[in-house]
Amino acid sequence: MTAYLAKRLAIGLVTLIVASAVVFCVLEIVPGDPALLMLGMNAEPEALATLREQMGLNQPILLRYLDWVSGMAVGDFGRSYTYSSPVIDLIGERVLVSLPLAIMALVLSTVIALSVGIFAAARRGRPADTMVMGVAQVGVAIPNFWFALLLIYLFAVWLRLVPAGGFPGWGAGVWPAIKALIMPAVALALPQAAILARVTRSAMLEVLGEDYIRTARAKGMPRRIVLWHHALRNALIPVLTILGLQFSFLLAGTIIIENVFYLPGLGRLVFQAITQRDLIVVEGVVMLLVASIVLVNILVDIGYAIVDPRLRTRR
Amino acid sequence: MSLLSIENLSLEIGEATILKDIDLTIASGEVLGLVGESGSGKSMTALTIMQLLPEAARARGRVTFDGIDILAAPEEAMCRLRGDDLGMVFQEPMTALNPVKSIGEQVAEGIRWHTGANRADAEARARAILDRVGLPEAQFPLSRFPHELSGGQRQRVVIAIACALKPKLLIADEPTTALDVVLQAQILDLLRDLVDESRMGLLLISHDLAVVAEMADRVTIMRSGEVMEAGPTADILSAKRHPYTRQLAEASTHVPARANGRAVVQAAPALLEVSGITRDYPGRRRGLFAQDKPFRAVDAVSFSMPAGHAVALVGRSGCGKSTLARMILALDRPTAGEIRLMGETLAGKSEAQLRGARRNMQVVFQDPYGSFDPRHRVERLVAEPLHLLDTQPSAAERRDLVAQALDEVGLAPADMDKFPHEFSGGQRQRISIARAIITRPKLIVADEPVSALDVSIRAQILDLFADLNQRLGLTYLFITHDLTVARAITDEVMVMDEGRIVERGPTREVLKHPATPAARALVEAAPDLEQALAARMRT
Repeated sequence: MTAYLAKRLAIGLVTLIVASAVVFCVLEIVPGDPALLMLGMNAEPEALATLREQMGLNQPILLRYLDWVSGMAVGDFGRSYTYSSPVIDLIGERVLVSLPLAIMALVLSTVIALSVGIFAAARRGRPADTMVMGVAQVGVAIPNFWFALLLIYLFAVWLRLVPAGGFPGWGAGVWPAIKALIMPAVALALPQAAILARVTRSAMLEVLGEDYIRTARAKGMPRRIVLWHHALRNALIPVLTILGLQFSFLLAGTIIIENVFYLPGLGRLVFQAITQRDLIVVEGVVMLLVASIVLVNILVDIGYAIVDPRLRTRR
Repeated sequence: MSLLSIENLSLEIGEATILKDIDLTIASGEVLGLVGESGSGKSMTALTIMQLLPEAARARGRVTFDGIDILAAPEEAMCRLRGDDLGMVFQEPMTALNPVKSIGEQVAEGIRWHTGANRADAEARARAILDRVGLPEAQFPLSRFPHELSGGQRQRVVIAIACALKPKLLIADEPTTALDVVLQAQILDLLRDLVDESRMGLLLISHDLAVVAEMADRVTIMRSGEVMEAGPTADILSAKRHPYTRQLAEASTHVPARANGRAVVQAAPALLEVSGITRDYPGRRRGLFAQDKPFRAVDAVSFSMPAGHAVALVGRSGCGKSTLARMILALDRPTAGEIRLMGETLAGKSEAQLRGARRNMQVVFQDPYGSFDPRHRVERLVAEPLHLLDTQPSAAERRDLVAQALDEVGLAPADMDKFPHEFSGGQRQRISIARAIITRPKLIVADEPVSALDVSIRAQILDLFADLNQRLGLTYLFITHDLTVARAITDEVMVMDEGRIVERGPTREVLKHPATPAARALVEAAPDLEQALAARMRT
């Protein structure tokens, strides 16, 4: 188990290093002159020179890269040019919106997907299964931003249950803040849940056909208990894989959804930073997203080892 | 009154009739052998008693177990019966256990469910039954997972699950078919002891007449969903009154007619020479830096095979026989040693250099279905090895070659346009033999080529092997754990144990007077129909 964990951590670290090199290349080396890119073609030569000096662009590339990476390692992501405040502060502020949103969406989609998938698998071929899977099929096909607009129209404009957008801040109380995040979380979660529910159902059906399910039934265990105690844990292996893959789509989805709902989260921050060509913010946020995906994948790998004892001894 | 009685049982799944008017009874302490070939309905009979049939199945008739009308019993009543008074052991031990639960959990689960015992008590009982089936605490703590056990050990766990609560009736569906003969003998002994200990009834389902003759007091013979004959074992199997019983008995002891003038070929030059061949596998990782010692699967094996000979390589599961075969076929590289086919060295050659050698040696596997791409037609499947020829045949020539190969194995040339699923198991094995002989090889390596087949089909395939040996002068290396196969068609036998060849000699000699402990263990464990019947007649 320790060897397994050490290997996963090492892979995660290598991924981070490679990703940082790629991000650095794409944003700082490929454009030629980042300062020119940020200030535009009509910039004053003096302003350009100052910015170059400020960003340390006159130093050798390798040194710039090492400076940037070692800075991030201790939490220094540089200073935003447009907001003129440290990037870490901007991120810190926005994470308070995006992290709860991502967690809510992830929990929501997992809970919905597992229950729907198990429900459908237990009623394979019956009308309930066909109906639920039909709905899931539609869910897979719906783009989340359009679904978000539908939600706004229904719950905010028509029923007036939740605000149509914006975020009151955690200072305004927990419930109003949560209320503002419900619809964005649902909009993010449902299309993901639809995919995951289909995966759960097919994984469950495959496992339910295995010999050991018959052994458990021959032991006298009723169908319901066999489903939960024997089938589910085995079916979780493919479900975990898809869950890990989906997390990156979820993060990409937040950029769109935060714009639709006008939420001051990381997605909006990176979107604005891109339009304003604030490279330092873009770099910082992208690296943060990469790190969170690496972290989720390590968690998924640990999840595998918990679910499947065969992985604990191997490699 | 009998423990289980089945009267006029019929079973339909959709339109298909699976069982017709089955009658059978089992008393406490009695072993009933249920014999039949695949598709005869013996497993479906067992699943009917357990009420674990597919949902579409409709059963009619009367099944009474311990005074309970099984067909009318509600699901909750069946859940109370299953695993308590009614236990079942399945054929495939490798997949019968849940891979993510420890063996202790899996045995204790049923005990807790039925008796309401707390975790500690259930685990103590699980421990006791695991000890009883030969899995002592020191090597097999409750925390072991199935993947850490071998096939025979897993089958013991399955038996422990089924027998944990001392069932009145145990149904064992081909419980030893997937195991080697030594393990088979151990498992059969265990079942026999459990029957004697607690007067348990045992329904033993098998296609192997010898196993049934050794174990069963009475036997019921089934064919395509109907009972052909039933009665006391010794009587039924020695009198062979029913033509189907006679057919089964003859097929299971079938020896193909072969010329015995082997002295001529003895002088022939060696076709295959193996010298000092060794294969190590890296040891299992224990931690970040710790690693087990490498595992030596094949240990300095040397032998040579003259052309036209048929040699059996026998041994228990895991003795290294398949690894050796893979190296001979150049599918795996030896750690040390040399292999020469027709004087040409195989080790260390590239795929391009091996083309000539590959043309001259082909392989037949155990499971013909698994070795065919289901989307390809027979023509393409059989023609596959032709890419090894130096000049590629034209499309018309290719069809001629395939037609000829199919004809040689007893199939019609017109079959080449069909797909593998349109054939029965025996026909599929013929297709894989056709594929093996299409390049006119000198050597055929056959890895358990008949162990997945029913006895009557198996007799036909053995005849085909013998016939091809005579007609085409093929040399065979048969890898098998089944001594009847070795006895039927090989001239010589090599006994393998823990990576080494420990004994070699003429097949008849070795099987009659095995010299080494490994060979003796195999011979003694192998069930023998004649001997078992003789023993039954005496008592």
